[in-house]
Amino acid sequence: MQIKVTINNKLVTWDVEKDEFLADTLRSHGLLSVKKACETSCCGLCTVWLEDKPVLSCSILSLRIHGKKITTIEGVPKEAEEFARVLTAEGAEQCGFCSPGFIMNVLAMKNELVNPSEEEIIHYLTGNLCRCTGYMGQLRAVKTYLGVL
Amino acid sequence: MFTLNALVQPDNLAETYQILSDKRNNTILGGCAFLKMGSKRIGTAIDLTNLKLDYIKEQEGFIEIGAMTSLRELETHKLFNEYFNGVLPKSVHNIIGVQFRNGVTVGASVYAKYGFSDLLTALLVLDTEVELYKSGRMSLVDFLNRPKEKDILVRLWIKKTDRQATYLSLRKSASDYAVLNVAVSKLGEQWTVAVGARPSKAAIAFSASAALAQGNLSVEEIEDAAQGASEELSFGTNMRGTADYRKALCRVLVKRGIMEVLQCKLK
Repeated sequence: MQIKVTINNKLVTWDVEKDEFLADTLRSHGLLSVKKACETSCCGLCTVWLEDKPVLSCSILSLRIHGKKITTIEGVPKEAEEFARVLTAEGAEQCGFCSPGFIMNVLAMKNELVNPSEEEIIHYLTGNLCRCTGYMGQLRAVKTYLGVL
Repeated sequence: MFTLNALVQPDNLAETYQILSDKRNNTILGGCAFLKMGSKRIGTAIDLTNLKLDYIKEQEGFIEIGAMTSLRELETHKLFNEYFNGVLPKSVHNIIGVQFRNGVTVGASVYAKYGFSDLLTALLVLDTEVELYKSGRMSLVDFLNRPKEKDILVRLWIKKTDRQATYLSLRKSASDYAVLNVAVSKLGEQWTVAVGARPSKAAIAFSASAALAQGNLSVEEIEDAAQGASEELSFGTNMRGTADYRKALCRVLVKRGIMEVLQCKLK
């Protein structure tokens, strides 16, 4: 079945299986920043934006995004690089497997919340698991990036 | 992982119901987060996107919630942060993460009658009605007590009142399912205590709620009501806790819930 969808500001027409999930569709079209890990909708690695809101692409059927707008980290390279530099400077980048999903959620938070408190930052990012860093470096990086130290 | 033969996006409720009724394994999709963890074989999957049911509206005397409203919309909507001491946002606040709550829907959470549901427990202590396409409008309590049958949950109606409410839960980690959740509300002298994740579906402790209305709410009476709630409801065992543990927890959370509601101020 065919879907027409705007991926990173580019209108594309893709063939998808009826029970194919968005994460698989995106990866099969070379958007390899979208990672799959938990299969239980709890790790946040597959985070992309659907109509500018962060969602789990592993849980969204590709057929349901027909006519919609999807953004992956490939679509926001400048902002992603800017935050990634802060992440690195704060020692919050280790294996990097969770970074694309994490960065997409941080950028979404930046768009949604004004001057978030530490509690709000932690709550917003609860759905992004990282097994390397212990989160403190990430929290420092987010606060530095948002200027809410 | 579930499988499906076809996916349709009908434009009206009559067509939706017709497709739903055509075959036993035709299924309405919510956010799919829970569905994808099972291995259900779906005939025709029905996506309600075109029915424009993702909204929260303030109506005369009620707040109306469309079935396709996401839990995140419920959490962040101004109305629900104003009414009932923010009990609904509070109840969904710890469900996995923002991305998850942007995807899952109110309709699926209610219609599926999930035992682990945080939202159902909070909705039970409000004056909540469910509107089904075929069976019409009924109280949430009646809906939960009905046997499962094929229908379409179209919207929820919550009566706008000065009801004071609170929600508490115990989780083993921040975004895990609750071991037990409790909601308590008070409107005038009428109290409602609901307990969920027992691990069966949420239910109202009617005797405990009635006892609170009759007493003068001394610490002893509150403890008696909390004890009563733990005795009138049944509890089960699963990987998150035993029935005995949940029963003990129920006493504590219900007591705390009552004390919190007593401290609530009118908006």
